[in-house]
Amino acid sequence: MTAKFLRVNDLRVQFPTDDGVVKAVDGLTFDLEKGKTLGIVGESGSGKSVTSLAIMGLHRGSSAKLTGEIWLDDEDLLKVSHEELRRLRGRKMAMIFQDPLSAMHPYYTVGTQLAEALLVHEKVSKKAARATVIDMLGRVGIPNPGRRVDQYPHEFSGGMRQRAMIAMALINNPELLIADEPTTALDVTVQAQILDLMRDLQAEFGSAIIMITHDLGVVAEIADDVLVMYGGKCVEYAEVDDAFHQPDHPYTWGLLTSMPRLDRVKSERLVPVAGNPPSLINIPPGCAFHPRCAFREFAPCPCDEVVPELLESYPKHDSRCHIPVATRAEVFAERIAPRL
Amino acid sequence: MFYYILRRLASAAAMIVLITATTFAIFFASPIDPARYTCGKNCTPTILEGNRKALGYDQPATVQYVKFISGLFVGRDFPDNEQLRTEHPEQIVHCPAPCLGYSANQHRTINEMVAEGWPISLSVAIGAFTLWMLIGVGGGLIAALNKGRWPDRTIVGSALIGFSLPTFFVGLVLLTFPAIKWGWVPIPNFVPFFENPWEWARNLILPWITLAFFFAASYVRLTRAYMIETMSEDYIRTARAKGVATTAVVMRHGLRAALTPIVTAAGLDLGGLLGGAIITESVFSLHGLGYLAVRSVTNMDLPTIVAMVMIVATFIVIANLIVDVAYSFIDPRVKLVS
Repeated sequence: MTAKFLRVNDLRVQFPTDDGVVKAVDGLTFDLEKGKTLGIVGESGSGKSVTSLAIMGLHRGSSAKLTGEIWLDDEDLLKVSHEELRRLRGRKMAMIFQDPLSAMHPYYTVGTQLAEALLVHEKVSKKAARATVIDMLGRVGIPNPGRRVDQYPHEFSGGMRQRAMIAMALINNPELLIADEPTTALDVTVQAQILDLMRDLQAEFGSAIIMITHDLGVVAEIADDVLVMYGGKCVEYAEVDDAFHQPDHPYTWGLLTSMPRLDRVKSERLVPVAGNPPSLINIPPGCAFHPRCAFREFAPCPCDEVVPELLESYPKHDSRCHIPVATRAEVFAERIAPRL
Repeated sequence: MFYYILRRLASAAAMIVLITATTFAIFFASPIDPARYTCGKNCTPTILEGNRKALGYDQPATVQYVKFISGLFVGRDFPDNEQLRTEHPEQIVHCPAPCLGYSANQHRTINEMVAEGWPISLSVAIGAFTLWMLIGVGGGLIAALNKGRWPDRTIVGSALIGFSLPTFFVGLVLLTFPAIKWGWVPIPNFVPFFENPWEWARNLILPWITLAFFFAASYVRLTRAYMIETMSEDYIRTARAKGVATTAVVMRHGLRAALTPIVTAAGLDLGGLLGGAIITESVFSLHGLGYLAVRSVTNMDLPTIVAMVMIVATFIVIANLIVDVAYSFIDPRVKLVS
C-alpha cells in the first residue's frame, strides 16, 4: 500500500495553563488521500479546530506543546523548519477560516489580500497577480469580479466574503485544503452553494479536503470519511455511508438524534445529548463521554475507570466504546434507527 | 467629505470664539488692572488714565472683544485714535491682520513676538515628535513581540521611568552633563534651520531628547498594548496561514492596524506641543511660544495671555480636525458623513 497523502499519527496538543494542562487533542490518528474529503465532527471544544491549526503549523510561537507526527507527502510538519513551513502554508496546504469578516484584514481590499497570498509564493508581476485574482473571484462565483476586486471586506456580504476567503485559499491550487466551519455563519441557501462550490473545485484541482464542522448535514453532503471527536479524542472513524447507516458510538447516536430533519414527524421531539462537553483540563476518568452516556447500563463495563481503546468494530469502521459491538448494534437497531 | 470638513471648520471656528470669549471674561473678572501694569513706578492718575484710554481699556468688555476679533481679520492700530493718526502718525503702532493684540508690557505687537517664538517652538516640536515616534513605536513594537520576556520587561520598565521623571529634571540633567560638564553638545541656542541645519539640530538635540523621553514612554505603552491586541486578531492568523513571512505579518498586517489609534494620539500631542513646550523651553532658555506664555503670565501681560490661549486652542482644534479626517484615509471602514 502506498503511503497516503496526509498521515496524522498520535497527534497530541497540550496547552499549559495556570489551572492545569489542557489536553485539547489527545492521541489523534487519521489519514487522507488526494481527491478525498474527511469530515471532522464534534461539539465546540472537542479539539477539531486545534487539530486543523496543528496541521497548518499555526500553534508555533504559542504556548502549545505538540507531539506525534503529521506527514504531508514526505515531510513531517511538526519537524520542518519555520521557513519550509512558511513555504508550504498557502501553497501546498491552505485553510479556509470560519467568520471571514474577522479573518480578513479590514484595511486592505479583497484583491490586495488575495494577491498577497499569490505573491508570497509565486514570482509574478502585480498585474498578472491581479488578473489571476479576478479570474479566481469569478470562479468562486463572485459576480462582477473586476469591480469587486477593489472593494474592502466590509463591502462584501457574508456569503460573498466566504467565497472570497475560499478563493484566497485556492489561489495557489493547494493539494490540501482545510475548511474550518466554512458554512456555519451563512444562511442555508448560501451554505448549499458554498458546498457545491467546494465539491466542484475539488473535482477540478483534485485536492484533499478536511471539512471541520459540527453539522452532520454538511458531512453527509460532502465527506468521504467521517471522524467524530469528543474531548480531544477520536470516538468514531468510518466511511461516511457506514457512519450514517450503522453509527457505532453512543455519542454519534446523540449527534444524529439531535439533528432536525424535514422528514420527521413533528410531534417527535429532538433528543439533545444531555449534559455539557467535558472540561479539557479535568477530562472524566475512563471514557470521557460516560457522564453523558445513556447506554452504559446495557452492558457491565468499566466506563468510569478504564479509557476505552479505539478498535475496529467493522471493517474500516473504528470506535471507542466499552459496550460490546453486538450489544451496540442491537441498541442502535431497536432504539436509535427508528428515530432517524 | 467636503461638507464634513466644512462643517467641522465651522464648529472649530465657533470653538475658538468661545475660548477667546471665555478668556476675555476671565480677563475682566480678574482684579488686575491692565493699565496699572503699563504705568511704571512714578505713576500719576493722569498718566494712568491716559494709558487706559490709549490702550482702549476704558471701553466696555464687549466693545474690546469685538475690536479684538475684528483685529484678527482687518488689523488694528494702537492707540486707536483718529486725531493722533492724523497729527502724529509716527506714534501709532499698526498691527496688521491677523492682529493678536499689543503688549504694552513689551511695547510690541504680539504678532512680532509670536513670529519670533514660533520657529523655535516648531523646531522643538517637530524634532521631538520624530524622535519620540521612532523610539516609542519601535520600543512598543519590540516589547509587544517579546511579551513577557526580558526585552519587554526592560522596555516597559524604562518607559515607566521615563514617564515618572519630570521634564525639568531630565532637562536639567541633560543640560548639566552632556552640555556644560562634558561639552558634547552646545548649550542650546536657537539657530534657524535654513541658516545652518547641522547647528540647528545640534543646538536642539537636548530639548528634543528631554521631550521625547517623556512622550516616548506613553507611546511605548500605547503601541505595545495595541500591537498585542492586533496580533491576536483572526486576520493575523490568516496572514500566517497564507505563508506571509513573519516580518511582513508584523509590519504589514499587525502594525498597519495598530497604527490607527497611535496616529490619533500623535496628532493631538503634536498639536498641543506646537503651542509651545513651556517647561522644556524654560529649562533650556529657548524663547519660543512656551517661554512667551510663561513671561506673559509672570508679567501680568493680559493681552499676550489671551493671544497665547487662543493660539494653543487653535492648534489643538485644528489637530483634532486633521486627525478625524486622517482617520478616514487610514481606516477604509470609516466614512465621513456630515
